[in-house]
Order: sequence, then structure tokens, then C-alpha cells
Amino acid sequence: MALSRPEIHAIVKERFGDGVVEDHPEARDPYIVVKPEILEDLAFFCRDEPRLRFDLLSSITGVDYPDRKMIEVIYCLDSTPSKHWLIAKVLLPRDDPRVASVEKVWRTADWHERETFDLLGVNFEGHHNLVRILCAEDWEGHPLRKDYVMPETYRGIKNVIY
Amino acid sequence: MTVAVKDIRTEEMLLNMGPQHPSTHGVFRVVIRTDGEMVLESESHIGYLHRCFEKVAENNNYLQVVPYTDRMDYLCAMANNLGYAETVEKLAKIQVPERAQYIRVIATELNRIASHLMAFGTYGLDLGAVTPFLYAFRDREMILKIFEKLCGQRLNYSYIRVGGVTFDITDEILADAQRFCDYFDPVIIDEYDRLLSYNGIFISRTANVGVLPVDLAISYGVTGPSLRGSGLKRDLRKDEPYSIYNRFEFDVPVGTGEMGQLGDCWDRYMVRIREMRQSVRIIRQALKDIPPGDFCEKKAFRGVKPPKGEVYHKIEGARGEVGFYLVSDGSVKPYRLKARGPSFCNISVLDALTSRGDCMVADMVAIIGSLDIVMGEVDR
Amino acid sequence: MTLLAQAVPPGAADLARARGTHDVQGGLHLESWIYQGLDALGLEFPFEEWVLVAVTLLVVCGLVFGFINLFALFAVWLERKVSAHMQCRLGPMEVGPHGLLQTLADGIKLTVKEDIIPRVADKPLFILAPVIVFTGILIRFVPLPFGPGLVASDMDLGLFFVAAVGSVEVIGVIMAGWASNNKWSLFGTIRTATQMVSYEIPIGIAFVAVIVCAGSFSLMEIVNAQQGWFWSWFVYRNPFLTILSIIYLIASLAECKRAPFDLPEAESELVSGFHTEYAGMRFAFFFLAEYAAMYLVSAVAVVLFFGGWWSGIPAIDGIGLAPDDSALTVTVGFLMKAGIFMTKAIFFVFVQMWVRWTLPRVRLDQMMHICWKVLLPISLVCLVGSTLWELMTGGGAFFGIPTLFGFGG
Repeated sequence: MALSRPEIHAIVKERFGDGVVEDHPEARDPYIVVKPEILEDLAFFCRDEPRLRFDLLSSITGVDYPDRKMIEVIYCLDSTPSKHWLIAKVLLPRDDPRVASVEKVWRTADWHERETFDLLGVNFEGHHNLVRILCAEDWEGHPLRKDYVMPETYRGIKNVIY
Repeated sequence: MTVAVKDIRTEEMLLNMGPQHPSTHGVFRVVIRTDGEMVLESESHIGYLHRCFEKVAENNNYLQVVPYTDRMDYLCAMANNLGYAETVEKLAKIQVPERAQYIRVIATELNRIASHLMAFGTYGLDLGAVTPFLYAFRDREMILKIFEKLCGQRLNYSYIRVGGVTFDITDEILADAQRFCDYFDPVIIDEYDRLLSYNGIFISRTANVGVLPVDLAISYGVTGPSLRGSGLKRDLRKDEPYSIYNRFEFDVPVGTGEMGQLGDCWDRYMVRIREMRQSVRIIRQALKDIPPGDFCEKKAFRGVKPPKGEVYHKIEGARGEVGFYLVSDGSVKPYRLKARGPSFCNISVLDALTSRGDCMVADMVAIIGSLDIVMGEVDR
Repeated sequence: MTLLAQAVPPGAADLARARGTHDVQGGLHLESWIYQGLDALGLEFPFEEWVLVAVTLLVVCGLVFGFINLFALFAVWLERKVSAHMQCRLGPMEVGPHGLLQTLADGIKLTVKEDIIPRVADKPLFILAPVIVFTGILIRFVPLPFGPGLVASDMDLGLFFVAAVGSVEVIGVIMAGWASNNKWSLFGTIRTATQMVSYEIPIGIAFVAVIVCAGSFSLMEIVNAQQGWFWSWFVYRNPFLTILSIIYLIASLAECKRAPFDLPEAESELVSGFHTEYAGMRFAFFFLAEYAAMYLVSAVAVVLFFGGWWSGIPAIDGIGLAPDDSALTVTVGFLMKAGIFMTKAIFFVFVQMWVRWTLPRVRLDQMMHICWKVLLPISLVCLVGSTLWELMTGGGAFFGIPTLFGFGG
């Protein structure tokens, strides 16, 4: 049974109380912001709660906000039986972004978290194999950060910028 | 003296199905540990085709990003264009004219057929049947000719843009599309069924191979025909309708375990064949109902500046759920554009499928082919 | 050649003569021709006997080698054209009319290519492997007739020789895969060894059944036993032999490593299997060997089951065989029979190509299953059945059934 976004946000807020920091039902695409500490419990709750049943993790994204000194990690959840969505975000400090890994909840988080680590430098604690996935394994720097500067050479090969 | 089988010492081999291999569908590397022909475990390595699409998108304005979206899933470029265009339109609240919507549907469905034809042809090629590949390309050529008339390009179209489509569709092209539909279904698809689908050797190579249970598939984020092959009737065109798909009547084929277990390679393959028929059905309806009018929202075409905000939009591409997460800060360039390629999640399930201990090296080729991946959207 | 033929005890020839279907030619009498030619010119052969034998051996070897090359030239072109037309395209059209000279051009290209031997490859084995594979197939052509009397050496144990020497190729293939020092080549080699060795058994059983019917191992005798109307061909002789002919054709596909049994060189899995690392002329050797093997198994099928050079209509077969025929008629008859044989053999080569471009590839365990659990039991049953049938009916037309009731014989 498909619930509307405000209803889903209400169910999550009912369970986690002030773990939900912000709630934006009026946004173009409604979302909630949660504290990093409750993320793992939230993940299990979203997947297992019978009214929600978010069994498909569409994507894990990260956005870098250097002016707010924050990195946002965004979880887009989908439910195949109930056909409703949820977008949940966590705000992490930019100089040491770390949050619990949800790969035990959804196996697809394995590669998505590796990608977010690779491109943005977010540390997912509890991940069994957090190594770079898209860039080379010994690459330095996190390319999607706003202050990223591409290194001059890689293993002695000069990087050319057109 | 009798020797028990477990006492015979055999050596394990570490094989590299390297980035360059005839049947890995692109630059994709799998390191396999085998005991003879049986695969004990495998480890996938991706990233060989990483072209920093997301970083590039932050440095180009909304119109300049469109050609980059083509090159993600280059075999079904219209779907990528559509996903991106609809994401921006959702954020900027742009209304697309009716005629443009119909043209988009026709173009996307034709591209879906072309993509599935490629999947069908290359799957036969991987398994040793060379002839169906040539037949699939003969028919795909007809679609590519239509696209060339439509937008001048055969593979990377950049045709569907924010606000509509680039060129209007002429009556000649509509007639071509009608002729293609009449030629393709049912005659040609029946030919494919006779040649490959119900061939005894093909069935023995694909039935009961790479069985993907539904819950494992959903947990790994598998979507599209690979998920429908496991029996779950999930199609974003019906479940979370976008564009004008709710006006069309079509079925969603799912795997039924007809030839072997539910969710094996044959089921995934057959879902694609049956989807081609449904796409023809949609095209026929769209061709009948296409209204006259504008083919684009002219103001949006000249440049778009969405308001500050974020949106996540997903559509059903040929391989699964194509998702775009767009963060806009009110300027002419996206602040952050994340692309979710379906093949990224589809290929991640390979390691789970091969590590169960019932897969041979030859089966790996069959499984990779049935998942139908395009490395462009795995690595972006 | 006559010297060698006399050294072997004349058992089979006697039998065939007794049945009245014996054709008096025993092989290529090159030496007697040379002597006759020299006599006609009034000259003496200057050297000793053994020199003549050596020279004739070399000439015959050269002829067979030349035939294999020419046939491979033709077969590669045929394969490309057949596959092209089956795939709605044209194939080679540029070089020569309808691409007839394409293979020649490819052969020249392969000869002038750089000879690459991988640094880590086992050099002696690497160089020796294609030679052994090619030689193994070349030798098998010795007892194979190309027409009535047109045979390098009509060995009394011809069929046995063909079957036995076939195993030499397996060694060559194993050497090729091992010497390449490449895990993927090794994969191909292991598959090849199992495949070729396994499928020799149904082939051997088919051979035995035919030998029982023909009464001789000699390939010429086997063909001559099928003289007459087309229902005297061994494929129609009894229903067990019909099944065995089909089994032989399937197993011979596996022996030649052709689809659907082309696992050893599965292009989409192993790049090129055991000949991945070979380039240029060495690769050409493997290529030639493959097409030579295709012709060989087709020709053996024609000899064993499909009447050899007999067309199946006695009026046509009789041309040139009557004692008072002119030399021209004899020559015409001879050429016609050689042409019929070649046509039948090329037809089976075409069937092999047809099957290759239609069917996908089987997996290794499925291939072993087909051999050991399907072909082998059926062929054993057919062997026993065929032998019993022969005992009861004594062979002959209409599946030998009339002889059961006392007709014919």
C-alpha cells in the first residue's frame, strides 16, 4: 500500500524522535535529514517495518558543501511491494566524514559506498572492503570534492588537461 | 588401493578474465579462482571506463551535459537523455508539449528494441551461435536508419533535451517506423525464437544456469529485465509512471521458470525478447495517437536555470532503472549530478552468483551475457 | 607401391575377388608408369630400385600435400561464402571474381607475417606442435582413395591406420597449449584432449560395424563392396548402420573441433584456445590442418557409408568398366567417378559448415555427457545389432530382408 511522503516521514519521526533533525515535505522532492548515529538502525527499520518495506536501495550519493563545511550523504530508498520512496540524508563534517555502513542491510550498498568513498572520501565504518572502485587503487585525492586538484603525474605519467 | 575423490590433490588456478576479453561486454575484469572448470569464487574489478561524468557535469551548463549522458549507456542513449531531461524538467517545473512527449516515447521504445537486439545478438555470439548476431544487426540497422533520418546520429543521439526534442518528426519517419513495426513483429521475433530461443543446445547452456533468486536480486539493487527474469513484475513505466506511459496499454513480461529454474539465464533472455514485442505495441499506439503541435518548449531550449533545490528522478532504461540525482544552486550549471546506472548494480551480483560453487567457466560467460551490461554506465 | 602391396598377405583381396565385386586396381602404380615411360623412350633407369621408391614416395607425398593445400584454399573460401550467405551478407567479393583469390591473398599475408614466439613459451615444443598436428593429418590421407585406383597406398589395414594415427594430433594439440605458457591456452588444451580422445570411441565402433559388413579394412575394398544400385550403400544396408552413420557424422564434428563442439577454440571464451599465441605461418599450419581434417572425415564418411565413387545407378557406374571400352571412355568414366567422390565429400564438408553456423556451442560437461552417455551406448547397441543382422540376412539389397526369404544373396 503506497504511502505519501509526509506519511512516511511521520512514521520515521515517530520511531526515532529527535534522531530526525530536519523534515522537508514541501521540497520539490521531499526528504528528511537524520543524525549519523541512528543511520544503521534507520536502515534496518526502513527495510523491516511492515508499513514501509524499503527493500531496494536505489543509490547512495554524496554532495560536497565546502561553504557549509559539510558533506551530505543521501540515501534514495524504494519499495518494490509498496511502491513508495524515501530520501534520507546525513550531514557529516567535511574534515572527517564517517558514518556507519549499511551493507548488511542492502547488499548493493557495498559498491555504492565504495564509490562514495572513492569520489568523496566518506568513510563507511563496518564496510568489509572499503577500497576504491572507479579510480585506480593508488589514486590520491577524492575527485568529486570541490577543492580537488588533479595531481600532475600519476606513476610518472604526466596528466594532460585539455 | 582405492583413492577417495577428496584425497586426489588438484591445483587451483587463478585466472584473469582481463579487461580485454571477447565476451565481457566492455572493459571489465574478473579474477576467477577455479578448480579445473568449476569456479570457486570470483572478484569483479570495474573502473576501466571511468570518464568522470559527474565531475564534468558540474563544469558544464545543463545543455552541454546532454551529450555526456548519451555516452553512459551508449546502446540505449535515448533513455539516458530522457532520464536527464525529465530530471531537470521536474526540478524546473517545465511543461513539455504533447507532441514532444509522443516523439520521446517513440524514440525511447525504438531504442529499447535496438538495445535488446544487441543484447540478443551478442548473447548468441558469446555462446557460439554467430548467425543470430548478424540477423539482429540486420534489423537493428533499420532502426538506426530511422534515427539517422530523425536526428542525424546513429548511436549517441542527444536528441531528447530539456523542454522537448531537437527536431520534429516528419511523416516520412513516422511511415518508416510503422513499416518497421509491421516487419518486425511477429515475423522476425518468431524467427529469433526458432533460431535461438528454443534451440536445444542454447537451452542446455542457459537453463538452470546463474539462477538469481528474487530477494538476492533486490538486495543487490538489480533492476530491469534481469530482475523481471526472476519473476518480480517491476517496471517503472507501470509502477511509477513518468512521461505519458500511463496512456499506453502494454504487458510487463516476467520470467516463469519455463525451461529451468525461475531466474535463470534463459528467463532473463526471454524477458528481453518478449519486451521487444511490447515495445512494438507501444510504438504502434503512439504512432496512431501522435498529435500535431510543438516539438519543444522554446524558452527552455535556449537555456534553463532551475531554482535552488534537489530532485531524484528515475526511468526505465533498457537495462533497468536509470536514476539521476540533481542538486541545483540556481545557476546555469548543476551543482551536483549523480547518475545511477542500472548496470552498476546488475554486475555487482555476478560475484554472488559465481561463488555458490555450481558455476563453470563457460557459465560465467553465459551469466555476464544474460545480465546485459554496458560498461559505460557501470563506470560512467 | 606394388612392392609394399606384395609384402602384405593377400587376405582381403582374395575375399573380395571371391565375391565378384573386385576391382583390379591396387594403388598408384607410379613406378610401373615410370618404367614403361623410360622403355618407350629406350632408356634405362640409371639408379637403384630404392631410389625409385624414394622418388615415388616423395612425389606422392607432394601430390597429397598439394591436394590438401588446394582444398584448404577452396574450403576457406567456401566457408566464408556459405557463412556469409546464411547471414544475409555477401562475404569476400573484392579479391578475384566473387572473392575466389581471397584465401590466396590471406595465405600470402600469413607467410610474410612476423614470426612471434612468446618469450616465456617453451620454444622447441612451440615450434614442433603445429608440425605434429599437420603431419598427423597428412599421414591419414595415405590410405584414402580419391577415385577408383587413385590412392597413395591401398593398405590392407587402411581404416585401422586412419583411426590409429588420428591420435597423433592430440599430442600436437596438447603440446601447442602447454608450450604457449598461457593459462587460457591450457584451458583449451585440456578441453581438446578430453574431447578428441573421447569421441574416437564412437567413431571406432562405427568403423568396426562397417568392417564387418565389408569384410575388409581396406578403404578401396569397402567402396567396392557398395557397387550396384544406391540401396547397396552401407547407410541403407541395415537400420543400425543408418544410425551409426549419423553417430559417425556427429562424432566426426567433435574430432575436427567444429561447432557445436568447438570448445577448444571457443572464440568468445578463450580467445583462440590452444592456438592463441600462434601467429603467421604457424597459425596457418593449424588452419590448414583443420580444413584437411574436415575433408578427411567427410571423405571417410563417403567411403564407409555413402558409396564412395559409385553413383548408385549402374548405367552411369558402368561407363569405362566394360572390357572392350576405348581409352577415352575409360578415362571419362574414371574422371566421372573421381568427380562423384569429390562432390559427395564436399557436400559433407558443406554440411559441417552449415551446422557450424547454425548451432551454439556445448559446454564441456555436456559434451562429455553426449559422448559417453548418449553416443557410446547407442553405437554399441547398433554394433551388436548390425552384426546380428548381417549374420541373419547375409547383407544385400532392401536391408537384406529378401535373403531371409531365400531371394537374391
